[in-house]
Amino acid sequence: MDLEEAKEFKERCTQCAAVSWGLTDEGKYYCTSCHNVTERSKEVVNTEAIPNTKIQAINRGLKRKQKLEKGWDWYVCEGFQHILCQQADALQTLGVGPELKNEVLHNFWKRYLQKSKQAYCKNPVYTTGRKTAVLEDNPSHSDCDSAPELLSDFSCPSFVESGAESQPDGHARKPFSIIKAPQSEMASICSGSLDGVEYSLRKEKGIVKMSMPRTLAFCYLSLLWQRETVTLSDLLRFVEEEYIPYIHAFQQFPEEMKLYGRDKGIFAIESWPNYEDIYKKVIEVATFLDLPRFPDITEDCYLHPNILCMKYLMEVNLPDEMRDLTCQVVKVTGIGEVGFLTFDPVAKKTETVKYDVQAVAVIIVVLKLLFLLDDNLEWSLSSIAEKYNEDNKEDKPWFDFRKWYQVMKKAIDEKKQKWEEARAKYIWKSEKPLYHSAIDKPVVHKRREMVVNLQKQFSALVDSTPAVEKKSPSSFQFNWTEEDSDRTCFHGHSLQGVLKKKGQSLMTKNSLYWLSTQKFCKSYCKHVTTYEESNFSLSYRFVLNLFSFLLRIKTSFLHEEVSLIEKRLFKKKYNNKTKKKSSKSRKVRRH
Amino acid sequence: MSDFSEELVRPTTEDEQGETCVLSGTGMCFPWLQKHIETVATGGKREKDFAQTTSACLSFIQEALLKHQWQQAAEYMHSYLQILEDSDSNKRQGAPEIIWRLGSEILYYHPKSSLETFNTFADRMKNIGVMNYLKISLQHALYLLHHGLLEDANRNLSQAETWRYGEKSSSKEVLINLIQAYKGLLQYYTWSKKKMELSQLDEDDYAYNTASQNMLNHSWKTSINLCALIQIPGVWDPFVKSYVEMLEFYGDQDGAREVLTNYAYDEKFPSNPNAHIYLYGFLKRERAPREKLISVLKLSIEKNMILHRKKEEHHKLGLEVLFGVLDFAGCTKNITAWKYLAKYLRQTLMGSHLAWVQEEWNSRKNWWPRFHFSYFWAKSDWKDDKTLACEKALVAGILLGKGCRYFRYVKKQDHQVLQKKIKQMKKSVKKYSIVNPGL
Repeated sequence: MDLEEAKEFKERCTQCAAVSWGLTDEGKYYCTSCHNVTERSKEVVNTEAIPNTKIQAINRGLKRKQKLEKGWDWYVCEGFQHILCQQADALQTLGVGPELKNEVLHNFWKRYLQKSKQAYCKNPVYTTGRKTAVLEDNPSHSDCDSAPELLSDFSCPSFVESGAESQPDGHARKPFSIIKAPQSEMASICSGSLDGVEYSLRKEKGIVKMSMPRTLAFCYLSLLWQRETVTLSDLLRFVEEEYIPYIHAFQQFPEEMKLYGRDKGIFAIESWPNYEDIYKKVIEVATFLDLPRFPDITEDCYLHPNILCMKYLMEVNLPDEMRDLTCQVVKVTGIGEVGFLTFDPVAKKTETVKYDVQAVAVIIVVLKLLFLLDDNLEWSLSSIAEKYNEDNKEDKPWFDFRKWYQVMKKAIDEKKQKWEEARAKYIWKSEKPLYHSAIDKPVVHKRREMVVNLQKQFSALVDSTPAVEKKSPSSFQFNWTEEDSDRTCFHGHSLQGVLKKKGQSLMTKNSLYWLSTQKFCKSYCKHVTTYEESNFSLSYRFVLNLFSFLLRIKTSFLHEEVSLIEKRLFKKKYNNKTKKKSSKSRKVRRH
Repeated sequence: MSDFSEELVRPTTEDEQGETCVLSGTGMCFPWLQKHIETVATGGKREKDFAQTTSACLSFIQEALLKHQWQQAAEYMHSYLQILEDSDSNKRQGAPEIIWRLGSEILYYHPKSSLETFNTFADRMKNIGVMNYLKISLQHALYLLHHGLLEDANRNLSQAETWRYGEKSSSKEVLINLIQAYKGLLQYYTWSKKKMELSQLDEDDYAYNTASQNMLNHSWKTSINLCALIQIPGVWDPFVKSYVEMLEFYGDQDGAREVLTNYAYDEKFPSNPNAHIYLYGFLKRERAPREKLISVLKLSIEKNMILHRKKEEHHKLGLEVLFGVLDFAGCTKNITAWKYLAKYLRQTLMGSHLAWVQEEWNSRKNWWPRFHFSYFWAKSDWKDDKTLACEKALVAGILLGKGCRYFRYVKKQDHQVLQKKIKQMKKSVKKYSIVNPGL
C-alpha cells in the first residue's frame, strides 16, 4: 500500500476530519477512513521537502514501476503441492496414519507430475521454448523448501533434487527474469506465480490439469488406497467444517509466495466441493495416473457395506436388528464381494463404488422391504407396535416407525437449521485481498479496508459471549444415548412386530414392494432415473431427505443409487420387463 | 392414526412410480434435456456457493429484522458485508443500497448502537461508490432531525448540496431539490424562532435592528432553497406553508398568491384539498373580495363533497393505506396510524365489510403478530406509551382475537386513568373481532 508515502500530508479530511491519507494511482490523496479523494496530488504538497526531493523522486520512480509485489519465484504446481501437504497434515491430525502422506499421496503426486510432464521426465513442459525448468536450484527458491514438506521425506529423494537430476543441463536455463519482465509489462494479465498465466491458458489434450477440487480427489484416492475409515462424504464434510484446508488453503502459503492475477482463478474458489463432482474427478485422476488395482476391500474393511450399514444404522437411530437384513440384501445383490468393491482404475475406468451412498441405499431398500413406505402400511404397523409397547412395558419394545419419524424429524430439522445458519455466516473472503491486475489492486485494497471497517462496526454490536466451542471432528453427526428421554434411542428396539416366523426362517410381514424405477434407459447415456419428488410417497421422501442430508448429496443422486440396488435385487423382474407394480415376498433368514 | 402420520398422508400413492426420462411432446426420450435446462438456467455455470450463502444470509437478516432480533441481524450483517467484494460487479454495485437500508435499520434499533455509530456508518456508506451519496445524505439528515440534532442535520444537508459528481441526471436533480428544500425547512425553523424573539423585543430596542436584519438574511436563503422544489408537481404541504408564510411576512403578497394558486390549480399537481384550504386562508387574510372567496370555497367544498360521497370506498382505501404505513418498521410506534387503524377497523366492521379487512389482513397474518403484537412489544409499548399500547391492543384484539398475547397483556394491566378505555376496548373486541365473529 502507499500509505507510507502519504504520511507527510497532515491536513484534516474535509469529509470526516480524519488524518489518514493514502495515495491513489494518479498520485492523489484519498482519505482511508471515508475514501474521499482530494484534488491535492502528491507532487504539489511535497514542495516543503526540497532537500530530499530528488532521492524521493528516484525512490518513487522505482516503486511506481514495480506495482506488483515481488516475492519468491514459484510455480503453480508448487502451490498445489503446498495445499496437498496441508491437507495431508490435517488428515493426519484427524487420525489417519502417517504413511498416507509420506508414501501414498507423495507417490501419487510424483506420478502426477511425471504424467503431466512437469517433472520426473525427460522433457518437462517448462523446458520447451523459452520457459525455464520447474524447480531449479535458484537461490531465492531454497527458502521455500521448508514449506512443501512432502519433499523432505528421507525415504524418497527430495523433490527438488530429483527435479534437478532429471534435467541434466538444468543450470543452463534458469533465467526467471526473462519471463517475469514481459509479464509485468502487461499489467492486465499477470500472476504472482511464474507460470500462472500460461497455466490458466494451457489446454493440452489428455492432460488433467490440477485444480482445487482435484486436490480432494488426490486426498480421497490416498485414503482409499490406505483403506482408511473416511468415506468421501466424510471427507467433504470435514472440508466444509474446515478441518481440512480448502477454501482458505492458499492463505497458508509462506508470506513470500505472492498470489495475484491469474493465480486467483486457480487457487481462490468460492464453492464447497460437491460429491458428484469430486467423485467424477477421483475416477478421472485415477485413470490419468494409470493407477494399479487398489488394495482389496474385504469384509473387515470399514468401507465394506456390512460395516458401513451398521455405522449408518447407528447414525440414524434405527434398530441394530436391521443389520441382519442389510447383510442379507448385500449378499443377494453381490455388492459385498471383493471384486465388486475394489477400485481398479485400469480395468473399469468409468466406475467405482460410492461406498457411503451405496450403504445408505441398502438401508433404504431394507426400510422399504419392512415398511413398504407407501404412506399407509408403515403407519398401521406403527399403531400395532405402539399398542404392543403399551401393553408390554417390561419387554423389549417393538420398533415404532411413527415414533422414530417424530424423533428424527425434529433432530434433522434442528441440524439443518444450524447448518444453514452456519453456512450463511461463512466468511469466504481472505484477509489479504486478491486482485486481478495492477490496475485493480488499489481498488481491491480499498474495498477490503472498507469491508473490514464496516465489519468491525457490526461485530461491536454482537454480544461478546464466546462462540460455541468447535466440536471435535467426528464421522458421526448424531449421538443417540439411552438416557435422553426427548431423543429416544431405538438401537435396542426389536423388529418382532414386522417379521413373522415361517418354519426355520423369518419373513417380513409385508409381502409387497414397489420399485423406485420401472425402466432404465437403454441408451448409452447410463442415465438411471430422474427423481420427481411429487411422484413418491411422503415417507420415502422423508427417508431420502434424511440420508441425503447426512451425506450432503442431492436426493436424486441417492434415489438413483436405491434404484440400482433394486435393479440388482429384483433382477428377474427387470429382465421380465414387468411394468406392473411388482410384488415380491422375501425370505429373511435369521442367523 | 396420529397427527404426525397424517402429515405424511397423501391422497394417491398408486401407479406413481417415477418416469425415467423427460418426455417430449412426441413421446421421444431426451434424458440429457433436463440437465441441459438446469445448466442454462444459471447462465451455463453452476452458481457459486458464495452467491448462495450470501443470499441466504440476506434472508436471515430480513427475518431477524422482522422479529426485531437486532443482535442476530448484526451478526448476519457482519457476514453479509462480504458481498461488497463479490466478483459479480452487478451484485457488488447493488449491495451498498441494501446494506445501507438494512444496516441503518439495525443501527437505529440496536440497544448498543449510538448516534456516533450511526454517523460513522452513514459516512462510510455514502462514500462507497457514487450512486448513493445523495440519498444516504438525505436519510442521514432525517435521522439526525429525528434525534433533534438540527445543526448536524443542517451541516449534512449543506455538504450534500455542494457534492458534485458527473452529469446532472434527472433523478439526482429531484434529490438535490429535496435536500435543498429540507435545508430550507430547517432555515425556516430558525427564522420563525427568530420571529418569535423579535415579537418579544421592543421596536426601539437597539437589538431589534440586528435581529430583523438577521431574519432577513435567513429568509433570503430559505426562499431560494424552497422555491425550486415546489415547482415540481407533488405534495409539498409543509414546504409550501412555510414558504408562503415568509413571503407574506416580507410583504410579497403577489408572490405568495402565485405560489398558492399554482399549488391549488395546476393540473400537473396531484389533487390536494389542503392546497385549496391554504389558498382560501390566504385570500381571507388578504381580505379578498367575497365573491372570490366564495368561489375558492365552493371549489374546495366541491372537492370535499366528492371525498365525502366516496366515503365508504375511501374507508377501504384508508384501511389499505394504514396497513401499508404500519408495514414499515419506522412507523411501528406511530400513534396516529394506530388510532386511525383502530377507528377504521371498527367502522369497517360495523359496516359489515369483513372482506375488506380480510383482504388486507391475509397477506400480513403470518408476520404481523411477530412484528407488532409480540409479548415483547406489549411490555415495551406499555412502558413507553400507554395510549399507544391501548390502541394497538384494540387492533390486535380485533385481528387476532381475545387470545392474542398483546391484547391479554394490556387487558390485565391495572390503570386508573385508562380503566374506562380498556373496558371499552374489551367491549369492542368482543363485538368486532374477526377471529370468531360468531361470539
